[in-house]
Amino acid sequence: MAQRYVMSIDQGTTSTRCMIFDHSGRLVSIAQREQQQHFPKPGWVEHDALEIWRNVDRLLPQALREARLDSAQVVALGIANQRETTVLWNKHTGTPIGRAIVWQDMRTDELVEQLRGEPGAGEVIRRCGLPLATYFSAPRISWMLENSPGLRERAENGDVLFGTMESWLIWNLTGGSDGGIHVTDVTNASRTLLMNLDTLDWDDELLSFFGIPRPMLPGIRSSSEVYGKTTRVVPGVPIAAALGDQQAALFGQTCFSAGDAKCTYGTGSFLLMNTGNEPVRSTHGLLTTVGFKIGTEPARYALEGPIAVTGSLVQWFRDSLGLINTAAEIETLARTVEDNGGCYIIPAFSGLFAPHWHSEARGIIVGLTSYITKGHLARAVLEATGWQTREVVDAMNADSDLTLNTLKVDGGMTADHLLMQFIADVLGVPVTRPMVAETVSLGAAYAAGLAVGYWPDLEALRRNWHRAAQWTPRMSTNRRSTEYANWQRAVELTFGWMRPHEGTR
Amino acid sequence: MPGPVQSIERAAAILRLLARGSGPLGVGEISESLGLAKATAHGILRTLLDVGFVEQDKATGKYRLGAAFVHLDSSYLDVNELRSRSINWADALAARSGETVRIGVPLESSVLVVHHVFRPDDSMQTLDVDSRLPPHATALGKVLLAYDADLAGRVQRSGLTSFTRRTITTPGKLAQALAAVRDAGWAAETGESVPGEASIAAPIRAHGGLVVGAIGISGAMERICDASGRPTRRQVDTVVDAARSVSRDITSSK
Ligand SMILES: Nc1ncnc2c1ncn2[C@@H]1O[C@H](COP(=O)(O)OP(=O)(O)OP(=O)(O)O)[C@@H](O)[C@H]1O
Repeated sequence: MAQRYVMSIDQGTTSTRCMIFDHSGRLVSIAQREQQQHFPKPGWVEHDALEIWRNVDRLLPQALREARLDSAQVVALGIANQRETTVLWNKHTGTPIGRAIVWQDMRTDELVEQLRGEPGAGEVIRRCGLPLATYFSAPRISWMLENSPGLRERAENGDVLFGTMESWLIWNLTGGSDGGIHVTDVTNASRTLLMNLDTLDWDDELLSFFGIPRPMLPGIRSSSEVYGKTTRVVPGVPIAAALGDQQAALFGQTCFSAGDAKCTYGTGSFLLMNTGNEPVRSTHGLLTTVGFKIGTEPARYALEGPIAVTGSLVQWFRDSLGLINTAAEIETLARTVEDNGGCYIIPAFSGLFAPHWHSEARGIIVGLTSYITKGHLARAVLEATGWQTREVVDAMNADSDLTLNTLKVDGGMTADHLLMQFIADVLGVPVTRPMVAETVSLGAAYAAGLAVGYWPDLEALRRNWHRAAQWTPRMSTNRRSTEYANWQRAVELTFGWMRPHEGTR
Repeated sequence: MPGPVQSIERAAAILRLLARGSGPLGVGEISESLGLAKATAHGILRTLLDVGFVEQDKATGKYRLGAAFVHLDSSYLDVNELRSRSINWADALAARSGETVRIGVPLESSVLVVHHVFRPDDSMQTLDVDSRLPPHATALGKVLLAYDADLAGRVQRSGLTSFTRRTITTPGKLAQALAAVRDAGWAAETGESVPGEASIAAPIRAHGGLVVGAIGISGAMERICDASGRPTRRQVDTVVDAARSVSRDITSSK
């Protein structure tokens, strides 16, 4: 009998990737295409949803060709996607209404500010677990409905559909205007500001608060079940999973039990901790979100701490200061000195995210003396990522009665040993890196394979997870607490820097 | 005997011109001062750019000497960059071979471990990045010795310490073994540093074939070798493939 495989699509911010995995969770082939980034105005970021669909159309056959496989050997397809990016399209023609508004887009700034003052604003976080912010989808839908004449009416009549990227792709793969299935999964729906965290359904209060007509919304399904079969591109493959990219990474890292946590270290970093069957409401500035839901089983919830500036601080050090040529050289430079020499960098480039949420804060470098060299600065750059992780972990431990006992890591920065050791040191727990670096794609593949019985249960997936490296804490408790105190003092210095009406710089 | 290679002479002239320090030069200025066709000068500049000997100003498109040329004596490829570039291939090698993976570079007269991937069996293992290995008794070391006469000289002078009955301890035997490595394009070691353990390694090559490191697997002899005590074809191929992939990655984007 021919070997069987699972396929996944990772529709990311810069590119779309298609990967094929075997039964041991090993990567068999990979195909990738970047999409164009559109910046029509300062603070605006858009993608062309049709371009993304065309890319998927090419990538799926390409990945099969590279592995010399026939689509009949693919038992399921899973999708992971950039979260919160918003697409509206015409149900009858499949044509997108304008470009997709990307999660980084800030155009709903004023709208969100205005919504904060309205009655019912306080209810938002209680119902959906997220603070009212430009980051999420609902204000973008409102913005589109307001700014395109006649659109609201068409949406009310069900002629216009809304979706995040996975909905758009599933609808197209299952036939588009010819019978396409319009669904989303709980993890993606939990990032819209429109889903009630307890009922896992669209919340009427929230819909009316944002003025969003229900007929345009997709049906909310679990993250791991057969939504339908592909009728195009590679026809006949069951589409069996969808997850937001960070939740997919949580799944790919096999963080299936309460207390399991992972952090993906890229341009920005995202720490998610599985909190079990009940949503944990954060009182420390974290986001409450759905981790995953397998078929008819109860949903698993997660606490999320997004950290805005981590890898991008290294990029800044390379591109804006020109002190290194490649990102990896930051480690070489940092190793030219023993410690940070008393210097700390707080990268509050556009304010501070979790757990502080100070949008008026701006970055600082403190502790400069004539003794400080670029080596000390390089250390301070790497340490900033470590301490920001520590702050998020502290908030998680305070919000839930779970304590982190290992942190699973992935992403480009995990190649940095000095940084990984530092993270283990400041958290006081082991940090482990898995053997498959592509945890987002793997997570989508796992959820899809699980839905069709390719893997029997979570235990089988856990057995596929292998440790590629582990860093154990070495720093003395004393040193850890003095350094942390210094970091916290430095953070406080960033608060209140921007004054209202000074513009956004 | 073949005469001087013209393109190398021209490349040398371009570098001398840029080293005069009158500021960055455009391709037109370079071709005019050397009396070269613009296309010829451009072709040579592209290659010099690839190997890092010249740099191009993003705004003006003009050329100047590259950092790699100015610091020709320092290490060609930053070791942390090497790790970053090879991490995915090293993981795949560990997953396919089922063994521990290490990447080594020469340091003084030993092998410095710059990357380490655990054997995928989830047993207790400790990272040994930054540790040093004896070159003559490991596959990683034999690869580095085979392509670096200077290192080989240093190791011979510092003496060939014996670790097991099978360790190579005479310069003659070592020279023979290294010639075999150059022939085959990979190296192996069976029980020469720890009894019952074996290792296989292959070279990581940068532009022009320059060996900048070695990648390899190590583990119990019975898993790495066949009944006659020779490394199995399958494991050798997996290692050689991984080394090629890393080399391709390095040369395609530097
Ligand atoms: N060795 C290193 N040390 C420190 N930082 C690094 C190192 N290697 C890469 N980085 C940083 O990691 C980031 C790239 O990681 P990654 O490719 O995972 O990022 P991403 O763009 O967020 O991910 P993706 O493209 O998969 O969405 C860059 O910001 C880079 O500066």
